[in-house]
Amino acid sequence: MSGERETVLELRDLEVSFKLKGGGVFKAVRGVSFSIYKGETFGLVGESGSGKTSIGRAIVRINGASSGSILYKGREISGRIPKELDREVVRKIQMIFQDPMASLNERAKVDYIVSEGLYNIGVKRTEEERRAMVAKALLEVGLLPEFASRFPHEFSGGQRQRIGIARALIMEPELVVADEPISALDVSIRAQVLNLLSAIQRAKGLTYLFIAHDLSVVRFITDRIAVINKGEIVELAETEELFRNPLHPYTRALISAIPQPDPLVERKKVVTVYDPKCHDYSTDKPAWTDVGGGHFVLANAKEADAYRERIASGR
Amino acid sequence: MANGEAILEARGLVIKFNLRGRALTAIRGASLDLYEGETLAIVGESGSGKSVLTKSLIGMLDRNGWVDSGSAMFEGRDLARIKDERDWLGVRGKKISMVFQDPMTALNPLLTIGAQIREVFELHHGLSGKKADYAVIEMLERVGIDNPEERRRQYPHEFSGGMRQRVVIAIAVACKPRILICDEPTTALDVTIQAQILGLIKALQRDLSFTTVYITHDLGVVANVADRVAVMYAGRIVETGLAEEVFYDSRHPYTWALLSSLPQLGVKGKPLYSISGTPPNLFNEIRGDAFAPRNPKALKVDFVAEPPEFAVSPTHRASTWLLDPRAPRIEPPPAILAMRAKLGGSSTGAAGGRL
Ligand SMILES: Nc1ncnc2c1ncn2[C@@H]1O[C@H](COP(=O)(O)OP(=O)(O)OP(=O)(O)O)[C@@H](O)[C@H]1O
Ligand SMILES: [Mg+2]
Repeated sequence: MSGERETVLELRDLEVSFKLKGGGVFKAVRGVSFSIYKGETFGLVGESGSGKTSIGRAIVRINGASSGSILYKGREISGRIPKELDREVVRKIQMIFQDPMASLNERAKVDYIVSEGLYNIGVKRTEEERRAMVAKALLEVGLLPEFASRFPHEFSGGQRQRIGIARALIMEPELVVADEPISALDVSIRAQVLNLLSAIQRAKGLTYLFIAHDLSVVRFITDRIAVINKGEIVELAETEELFRNPLHPYTRALISAIPQPDPLVERKKVVTVYDPKCHDYSTDKPAWTDVGGGHFVLANAKEADAYRERIASGR
Repeated sequence: MANGEAILEARGLVIKFNLRGRALTAIRGASLDLYEGETLAIVGESGSGKSVLTKSLIGMLDRNGWVDSGSAMFEGRDLARIKDERDWLGVRGKKISMVFQDPMTALNPLLTIGAQIREVFELHHGLSGKKADYAVIEMLERVGIDNPEERRRQYPHEFSGGMRQRVVIAIAVACKPRILICDEPTTALDVTIQAQILGLIKALQRDLSFTTVYITHDLGVVANVADRVAVMYAGRIVETGLAEEVFYDSRHPYTWALLSSLPQLGVKGKPLYSISGTPPNLFNEIRGDAFAPRNPKALKVDFVAEPPEFAVSPTHRASTWLLDPRAPRIEPPPAILAMRAKLGGSSTGAAGGRL
């Protein structure tokens, strides 16, 4: 099915590294490759420090890629790129951040916060047009246009996250990178924001890269999931396939650890622990392998055979 | 597991705060029993009063707060009436310990891990010298820190988040408390680490036989740890029961809403149930059922009279007019019916006040 679908974003062998104070280099992301198709919600799941945010930030070009490529609709967007493409990408790829409190400028009014992005893309607009766009974006996220004259601290966490979504929407993006958009929110508000994200996606045909650590939320909202561990993607599959047939031992450990709101399930559950030593990569090296139907896993030849067998035997 | 004896009985607790000259009522008459050896989980949305309620049991209310009325009996003593900080020292960190969400705030960054645990042994067990050292090493081992002999000489910043929480737990249980209160102990941790910490607390509880109170908004964690669950809304406990009763046979519309909004119980591709509106302003007097304004199926009576507590079973109670024999039959939302079906379709506590 993936063959006919339009690819919005493609990562090829992406590496993101950071210089350490002591002079060394820390590779936060290594050899990451995947494609995101138009209209889908692609989940990127991993634990803290796994590199998921670094990937998101490389895509919106907050941090650079140290090697590999990032292609937006087939065109390279990392590194030096033509001004015109740069402007297009600044608009078309938007990010929503985790902490609605920290990500909004406290001293600016909602009006400015929501339309800030418009100032940077060099399209001339009258004040009237701009105001109309802010009002429309606020309505789209379920806020009243009169909120434009207020300050962020006057809003609840859920409302602030809506403001964060409005400022992305006003740019008319095609791809939205949502980095833990609901983790900082209270349980009762999470559902509202998830519903809002889905409704907007349907209405506008948006493509989402949904970055999160909470697999149960990711399972609910995504079409496909990539699991990242220590800077490397270890597995990628359609969401339900991943939960039906988790192959990589890290994925299995992660899934086994998610607490379910169901006492009978929880009491029976066995949490498995991932031990990287379980792989014997001394001679047979691991590679990014499609074990069938777009289910990718990081495995050596021997493991890949075992995984294929496991899928065939239905466990 | 619980042996049936209440070790703490809170009755009608009312807790207020003074904020710029105005009184805010954070806890509006909360009653709660804690049974020896059990694990009770308190759930509810932000601001519902989970932390305030439990902090009042260890004398850690912020300075502008006070217990206005009600009682909390523990070992023959009413904790609600303790005024003197010296009297609290006999309870807090001795009989009742607390573990908070952020281990960094609980640890002193300038002291070694070992010194901080050692303090408890010196203070509460009168240990010193080599004996205190051994106790520290044994305790670190017990909470799963490898190489305790060396690691005790390290400082908090040299530990990962999960290991720091292990140290905080070591400090909390070193005094052999009767009650351990854990306020969002794993919220800041990864799920795999979370599972380990929950397992650790369970193991310690088994070995040291204390009673545990969890405060968390993660209903998955609740399902994992709790024998009993108390659901809080706007400063009151609106439903309490065995974990099975609250998860599979909940009765309060707020509990329904809370469970229904979980993505795990949602149907993919369909909107999740979401609670509209905001919790009530605690500065104002609340009439009737505090959840009524956000409950699309609220009854008329919900807006005028505060619902009493109805017994659903000997272990399950809920404060909602829906349990009054005169109430109309209101179907719970689909997610709740689906949960009910998991127990074979029949409700566990049909003996309640509802006919
Ligand atoms: N020092 C204080 N002064 C004034 N109000 C306070 C104070 N401490 C708590 N409150 C209020 O008491 C109510 C209950 O707060 P509490 O911290 O117990 O909520 P909670 O259920 O623990 O929420 P969360 O899940 O966010 O931790 C809230 O309305 C809060 O604003
Ligand atoms: Mg709290």
